[in-house]
Amino acid sequence: MATDVILPKVDMDMATGTVSKWYVADGDTVKKGQPVFDIETDKAAMEIESPADGVIRIRETRTGVALPIGEILAVIFAAGEAQKMDAPKAAAAASAATPAAKAAPAPEDKVVTISSSTSSQIRATPLARRLARQNGLTLGQITGSGPRGRIVAADVTSHSQAKPAAASLPVAPSTPAPEGLVVKPFDGMRKTIAQRLTQSKQTVPHFYLEATCTIDTLLAIRERLNATLTKSGKGKLSINDFIIKAMGVALQQVPAANVSYVDGGAAQHVSSDVGVAVSVEGGLFTPVVRNVETKTLSQISAEVKDLAARARDRKLQPSEYAGGSAAVSNLGMYGVEKFTAIINPPQASILAVGAAVERFVPVNKQPVLKTQMTVTLSVDHRTVDGALGAQLLQAFKTLIEDPALMLV
Amino acid sequence: MDGSDAMKTPKKPGNARPFYARHSKDELKEALRKMWLIRRFEEQAEDSYVRGLTHGTMHLSIGQEASAVGICMDLKNADYITSTHRGHGHCIGKGAEVKYMFAEFFGKEEGYCRGRGGSMHIADPATGNLGANGIVGGGLPLATGAALAIQLRKGKDVAVCFFGDGANNEGAFHESLNMAGVWKLPVIYVCENNQYGMSVSTERSTAVKNVADRAAGYGMPGVIVDGNDIAAVNEAMEAALERARNGEGPSLIECKTYRTRGHSRSDRNRYRTKEEIEEWKGKDPIPAFEAELEKYGILTKDEVEGVRAAVEAELKDAFDFAQAGTNPLVADLTRDVYTTDGAAA
Amino acid sequence: MTTRELSYSQAVQEALAIALENDPRVFLMGEDIGVYGGAFQVTGDLVARFGEDRVRDTPISELGGAGVAVGAALAGARPVYEFQFSDFATLAMEQIVNQAAKLRFMLGGKVSVPVVFRMPAGSGTGAAAQHSQSLEAWFGHVPGLKVVEPSTPEDAKGMLLAAIDDPDPVLVFEHKLLYKVKGHVPEGSYHTPLNKAAVRREGKNVTMVAAGIMVPKALAAAEVLAGEGIEAEVIDLRSIRPLDMDTIIASVKKTSRLICIHEGVKSYGIGAEISARISESEAFDCLDAPIMRLGGAEVPIPYSPILEKAAVPQEDDIVAGARKLLNGGL
Repeated sequence: MATDVILPKVDMDMATGTVSKWYVADGDTVKKGQPVFDIETDKAAMEIESPADGVIRIRETRTGVALPIGEILAVIFAAGEAQKMDAPKAAAAASAATPAAKAAPAPEDKVVTISSSTSSQIRATPLARRLARQNGLTLGQITGSGPRGRIVAADVTSHSQAKPAAASLPVAPSTPAPEGLVVKPFDGMRKTIAQRLTQSKQTVPHFYLEATCTIDTLLAIRERLNATLTKSGKGKLSINDFIIKAMGVALQQVPAANVSYVDGGAAQHVSSDVGVAVSVEGGLFTPVVRNVETKTLSQISAEVKDLAARARDRKLQPSEYAGGSAAVSNLGMYGVEKFTAIINPPQASILAVGAAVERFVPVNKQPVLKTQMTVTLSVDHRTVDGALGAQLLQAFKTLIEDPALMLV
Repeated sequence: MDGSDAMKTPKKPGNARPFYARHSKDELKEALRKMWLIRRFEEQAEDSYVRGLTHGTMHLSIGQEASAVGICMDLKNADYITSTHRGHGHCIGKGAEVKYMFAEFFGKEEGYCRGRGGSMHIADPATGNLGANGIVGGGLPLATGAALAIQLRKGKDVAVCFFGDGANNEGAFHESLNMAGVWKLPVIYVCENNQYGMSVSTERSTAVKNVADRAAGYGMPGVIVDGNDIAAVNEAMEAALERARNGEGPSLIECKTYRTRGHSRSDRNRYRTKEEIEEWKGKDPIPAFEAELEKYGILTKDEVEGVRAAVEAELKDAFDFAQAGTNPLVADLTRDVYTTDGAAA
Repeated sequence: MTTRELSYSQAVQEALAIALENDPRVFLMGEDIGVYGGAFQVTGDLVARFGEDRVRDTPISELGGAGVAVGAALAGARPVYEFQFSDFATLAMEQIVNQAAKLRFMLGGKVSVPVVFRMPAGSGTGAAAQHSQSLEAWFGHVPGLKVVEPSTPEDAKGMLLAAIDDPDPVLVFEHKLLYKVKGHVPEGSYHTPLNKAAVRREGKNVTMVAAGIMVPKALAAAEVLAGEGIEAEVIDLRSIRPLDMDTIIASVKKTSRLICIHEGVKSYGIGAEISARISESEAFDCLDAPIMRLGGAEVPIPYSPILEKAAVPQEDDIVAGARKLLNGGL
């Protein structure tokens, strides 16, 4: 009866082997024990003997090709036996693992949270971190007394004792999902938004200043400029571009408000770096337009469009949304007339801009139709007080109601 | 041949060797059966291995069946053996069932070691087999210790230590034999000298011509026998057993033999010649035993053929049993590290 | 049970005598343990009471002797093998690590190895590098072994009796400088668990986990520190493998500071393992300082008494370490 001649396993860690040489040809008569081929592994070649007497029909003639262990290379038939053999299967998979598909990078991988990067530079013992977390304190606010400025538990307790209001905020109770509702877990961006804005609301002493701006002049100038820009194929300006510019110039005019909060102090900015809130699917980014005071409206417009597009594609670099002393958030396009925004720490303020609304306004005791928009400035009382905030808002209002003033 | 009275020694020519006189027909038939079982088991284990069905490696004792069976055939379950990494033959010789050995090689829970030991640590404590050992010389102190335990409880049992020519140069060999000699322990050291450690011959490794020459250095008799002649092996063992059971102390038996396969399957046999291998194949212990059984009229050709056929059937069932075995669960990874599970770290 | 004062070595001898008396399977093996009484006079006159077969002098053959003990245990005896110095266990590593620790597992749970290896360990006697080591951590690394280090006479007796009754291989490290230390030892037979640490002194400012000879040193240091307003909690580890992490974790949660103290070389030592496990435990969030380890210096034990003392932690080092840890110095 027919005897298979297989590719044998000869080494412990062997998955495949190659036939390096055949000693017999297809159809030869062989004797048991006679060498039929050499097997080659990583270690060395080894002679393989015939397992039986008979006529050898070789099924797999290739040499130098990696074959799996147990592969039937030939069959030895007894004299006079019918020589029926299956065709060899398609080439066995050579060694090496299938290349793993590279996983598409998850969007959240790209979002580097600013707060975590700052806190990872802060040295604090595990106990100190836990106490701070439990008491809703930011480590950044606490001075460390340990080696290399490490915050220890005592620093947290003494800090919270000095500032009972801030420290005694209870930990948010855990909020389980209501029955029957599908829960969409937070991705990286949402987690960041949740954490930063909660922290901002809890730790930054916000106050709010509101002003109504008459924007007829602004709208007229914009229309004129856009007509020219369109004719020469350039991009149109939006109201928001003017608002950003106005904010930037206002910060230059009220430099004491052009600050951001640091541990135990206010950092004085020189240029006006203004953040612009951009809504993206599932969240929001606030990329910063730097040196606004030096840029033309067109430049600001182009830059904001680019930043917004990249924000929507989640392609912003962390450096592009870090820093700045103030930000602008505009919900006017949704018909919101007035709102208050949450400050992005460590910035000192954020301007919430409402929709343009037509209303009758008394001028010399006569009703005149004007277009107005309401802006609300949220201010961090640690760095900017009421009067200073009011000055900043006043400066902005003056500029936005008469944009020509931004040229001087 | 009248097979109805198994205990009666059958009619033999006058010059039959003592081995044949001392054992009944059934015992001799069983010895042949075990030799065939070892031979065919090893060949089938080898086949499984080359097909990639078994993990790890294997050290085959093809050609050394006479020493395994000749030494073990007169031992009881209460007598201990320790074995080497080339231990399948000893395991079968001492009474193991091949189905549990196959199961062990396939890593199954039904295996003798529940899949945790594999070929190199195959053991069967129920038949007194304290295990094959992955360390050359590892079993020497263990067998010596088992003999000490027997002596302390004033027992009549013995411990038998199988070891190879390679082990006779390990420190453990010298320390163990010395203690056995000093304390006159009931231990029998059986050296299966197959002339090569892994690739280094005894000529190149050992300062004396025969391992048995060292016995005198440790206060015990050392005898040399043809390891491929079961009768010779058993006769030497009979004398050693009597010494041990009578409290006269240890003995060393050197079985000169040969392994026709390489040290392990990875062996390229570069250290010896084909002619040498062929020469020893001509001294195969099984045909030699069969020839004597027929010559002394103990078994007929048919009976011999019957033994072989029964062995084939047993092996097939054993293989199927093992293939159908249960794989261990990862959850049981640390089971049996300690006697009280959860003793942990 | 009444108690009375015995030395550590007397307590060990008493345990051996009780075991030999009560269990015919028990026997002792070692070099010079018979008529000589043992290198540290631990076995004393046991040979006169129990005979040369059961208090058996071996040739100088640590590998063979340890292996014989393992083989005897496999065959149903309960051997207690004494290495004359723990350093000599290195000659028997094959039988301890490859055989004793693994036979039960490799044989699918069908055998057990109820052997005890006991050995004098540690430095301070001027015996120098090859007779003064503390190698417990080596064996702590091997699944299948149990490793203990009693620090008091009472524990020395109770843990040895428990070890002899244990079905698995147990290594008992006895610090040489403890042999003459006296303490209360209950009469009769009792077992001290092989898997529980003991809080020897309560405190709330810092946890000190100590092993062997470091326990009395830590307790002395704790007295000094108390005078400075630092209340140290001293835990006697007692078992190296398994480690009683529950006791240590509970303490660290209370004190927020941990010092591990052992004579074995600091690198890759017992303190490293405890530190890592604390990091992985709920106690991590309670740490208010890094974990401090005081261990043997990176040097073979020197001969000169000045250097010999400097090579391992002393009471002063423990006091200084605690002060440093509490004053934000680490």
